[in-house]
Amino acid sequence: MFRFIFGRLAVLIPTFIGVSLIAFSFIRLLPGDPVMLMSGERVMAPERHTELMQQLGLDRPIYIQYFDYLGGLVTGDFGSSIVTKRPVLDDFLQLFPATLELALCAIIVAVLLGIPAGVLAAVKRGTWLDQSIMGVALIGYSMPIFWWGLLLIIFFSGYLGWTPVSGRISLMYFFPQVTGFMLIDSLISGQAGAFKSAVTYLILPTVVLATIPLAVIARQTRSAMLEVLGEDYVRTARAKGLSPFRVIGIHALRNAMIPVITTIGLQVGVLLAGAILTETIFSWPGIGKWMVDSVFKRDYAVVQGGLMLIAAVIMIVNLVVDLLYGWINPRIRH
Amino acid sequence: MSTVQNTAETKTGGSPPSGLSEFWFYFSRNKGAVIGLFVFLFILFVAVFAPFVAPHSPSDQNRELLLMPTIFQEGGSWGHILGTDAVGRDILSRLIYGARFSLFIGLVVVTLSVVSGVLIGLVAGYFRGKVDTFIMRIMDIILAFPSLLLALVLVAVLGPGLVNAMIAISLVNQPHFVRLTRAAVMTEKSKDYVVGSKVAGAGTMRLMFLTILPNCLAPLIVQATLAFSAAILDAAALGFLGMGAQPPTPEWGTMLAEAREFIQRAWWVVTFPGLAILITVLAINLMGDGLRDALDPKLKRS
Repeated sequence: MFRFIFGRLAVLIPTFIGVSLIAFSFIRLLPGDPVMLMSGERVMAPERHTELMQQLGLDRPIYIQYFDYLGGLVTGDFGSSIVTKRPVLDDFLQLFPATLELALCAIIVAVLLGIPAGVLAAVKRGTWLDQSIMGVALIGYSMPIFWWGLLLIIFFSGYLGWTPVSGRISLMYFFPQVTGFMLIDSLISGQAGAFKSAVTYLILPTVVLATIPLAVIARQTRSAMLEVLGEDYVRTARAKGLSPFRVIGIHALRNAMIPVITTIGLQVGVLLAGAILTETIFSWPGIGKWMVDSVFKRDYAVVQGGLMLIAAVIMIVNLVVDLLYGWINPRIRH
Repeated sequence: MSTVQNTAETKTGGSPPSGLSEFWFYFSRNKGAVIGLFVFLFILFVAVFAPFVAPHSPSDQNRELLLMPTIFQEGGSWGHILGTDAVGRDILSRLIYGARFSLFIGLVVVTLSVVSGVLIGLVAGYFRGKVDTFIMRIMDIILAFPSLLLALVLVAVLGPGLVNAMIAISLVNQPHFVRLTRAAVMTEKSKDYVVGSKVAGAGTMRLMFLTILPNCLAPLIVQATLAFSAAILDAAALGFLGMGAQPPTPEWGTMLAEAREFIQRAWWVVTFPGLAILITVLAINLMGDGLRDALDPKLKRS
């Protein structure tokens, strides 16, 4: 197992270096230099320009600049925003809980609904139930979620008036951020109605973000189940007279879960990509909206740092999924 | 039932069914796939003949009919079946012209990512060793970013617009083809028929492109279909975020972005462009499922 963990970590290092190279070169591919980008529309005296270039170390050879950048990354320096001058890492850490809360809720909904739906479709294979579950899953899989979010807003917020349109919680409530998770913080605050308010704000974004992972998990569970249900050991378990519930729930599902877990792990990238759209639609103050806003504000220092941080999160999650996978399925380790 | 009997008859007739008829046999067993195919052909027809099908020009602004409702509501008229948008343009006509953009984007992205992905994957899978490690590390790096985020940032660097959006989406799509091709090439390379033609004196190029590649096509075709629909979704998402096709282009995602502020007043402006995206993507994905059934021998019997 140690060897396995070590091997995975060794692969991670060149990927991390490559990702940092992309993030590093990104800002240098833009027309103009970083000082000109920082000054924006203002006209700058050539002397001041040279001075700033020197101050920022931009007059040195490019590879030294890169090693400097890499050194900064290792010590937690991801640069500072051109607009607000705040360190990118601080902003990221402040906004990330909002995205994490949304993404966790979405993946929980997707798993809790997707796996039973997939199992049901596989067990009732070929019936109208299977066909409708798979039909709905394919629609979900094909869904432009930015449009789906707008439709839900039109119906639930506009027509029925049940849910709010944007934000994380009603402005009526104010309490300190403890965990950064609105659901937990609102409970800790003990204010009447705060938790309920947080839930109503969370429902629509969660539904929107969960749509594609839910569809993917349901489809994957069904095909994994179908494969396993045809195996000899399942037939043996049936022949032994075990209840169908036990055969499907314990014998079959356990082995069918192996590809499904990989699929769930792969959804992290999908969730973060979806968060960009979902957060934009619902004005959810997370890292997806932060990145889009920064692109539009031309705050390239934030885009660069955010790109790096998001890639780091995905790499870490993928590593954890890999290790989990190796733990569940010993065959992979060797 | 009748198709099954027919094939049985042709089989007893002596000659084995041709590849195409065998393909159609499995493809047409999947009703959804056939429906998807017909919907797709319809959209293709509409896109190709847009100037003849569309009742109005997509850019004509009728200043007297702003945000006119659909035919199904009070105040609608046959002149503008799906109503008009905020500057009085006919929504149906814009959707019809929009089909051209979406299908074109899908085609270009798939061509670019398939050609580059297959070439790179073929090299990686055939030569292995250091080249392979190097290529796969680069693909890992691309895959370490959420695809839409990377596309968004790439477009920000290259400048917003349809062409740059297509380039960005192709680039983030292409690692899937590299991985798939590499895996397929690695399985095929050790098989007897490849070794046989190598012994018979076939050169590297011949082995790569004529001996191995044709046997790796099935999963690639399925993946290409999925990439086609994913490209349409991604391009629409970029358009929606303001980084894809720029207004007044009647691209569906861009139309949605323009319509966002009228979400409470005029639902039809928001509803139909998204519905067009959904139907197109759904039709292609249905076809993709059918293709997988027909082309993937492992799943054929299930």
